[in-house]
Amino acid sequence: MDTKALLAELYDVVGLGVSALSGSGFDAFITVEQNSARKALEFLHRKGFNVLADLTCVDYLRYGFDERPLPPSHPHRLRRWPSPPKPPRRFKLVYRLLELDPAEGLARGRLAVHVWATGKEAGPPSVMDLWPNADWLEREVWDMFGIRFSGRPDIKRILLYEEFVGHPLRKDYPIDKRQPLIGPKEGAARTVVSDEPLRPDPS
Amino acid sequence: MLPVSNFPNDVGSIRPNLRRSEDLDGVISTRLDSAVGWARKYSIFQYPFVTACCGMEYMSTACAHYDMDRFGAGFPRFSPRQADVLMVVGTISHKIAPVLRRIYDQMASPKWVVAFGACASTGGFYDNYATVQGIDTILPVDLYIPGCPPRPEAVLQGLMMLQKKIQEQGR
Repeated sequence: MDTKALLAELYDVVGLGVSALSGSGFDAFITVEQNSARKALEFLHRKGFNVLADLTCVDYLRYGFDERPLPPSHPHRLRRWPSPPKPPRRFKLVYRLLELDPAEGLARGRLAVHVWATGKEAGPPSVMDLWPNADWLEREVWDMFGIRFSGRPDIKRILLYEEFVGHPLRKDYPIDKRQPLIGPKEGAARTVVSDEPLRPDPS
Repeated sequence: MLPVSNFPNDVGSIRPNLRRSEDLDGVISTRLDSAVGWARKYSIFQYPFVTACCGMEYMSTACAHYDMDRFGAGFPRFSPRQADVLMVVGTISHKIAPVLRRIYDQMASPKWVVAFGACASTGGFYDNYATVQGIDTILPVDLYIPGCPPRPEAVLQGLMMLQKKIQEQGR
């Protein structure tokens, strides 16, 4: 798969919405603006990327911040670490596409498409009509990250229960927050293990 | 009736309650609760509530190599109405917890609950938004089997401890 030729063709179709190509071969990924994403993914679908292997999301809220700083005596404190580039937006969607030859069962090409979700417009476009399995993947991204896709019916939770409030894989979801349906509040463990614990017989 | 000495070894565990009458050869007397406990502990019908990787060790224990049937517990029932022991094998999430509680409520008494493995006992290493921190927060538990997952030997040891408890419980 010639990713550079593919990108050149993509520029002709999408225009300036395509911002970058990184990596090469099977590791290549392209970064696309949200309002051009639908057009780019439609193009790639036409070009033979017939499998949507994965669709997930990354939350960059605390990217570059060290949540657990090293103690003052730690030798790595003296080293200067390069600060990572500042992400342009908070959420990035990652589409992993596969060009699968149905006759031989071999992957001819593989490409990742990164889309920065803006959050201002209606939301990233749904690709359910291109790859039907995107239905469940988009529902999972909604469930875990709270990103609502536009142009699709019936977005609801897929993994968690309907009573759950919030989206647990967001970085600002409290790490110790629990929402149990039954049992003790806050889902705390029992402190008294058992009234009559069974113990192994040493003999 | 057979004389006591011809009984299989199983009777040995309730032998303290057996009295052999020298005058009436071949007659056994025992306490009713002891006999009921003996019958119960060797006819455990289990309900395997298998949700995670501990199920592999459960299957290993149940199948021919370790053969849980030697202990009279070889008959899984997939209806809670017919089960005596609820074996909770694996991680229990908050989503499935009401289902597990409902299955426990559907079982007829007397009933016992086994927490099989670290996740069912304490939540294991899943201290997160999704996982119940031990099924003893939602059910009364009789036996905890530690391990991630537990070896079949540990399961059999736990099963024998549970049998001892059932025997002592009587009626």
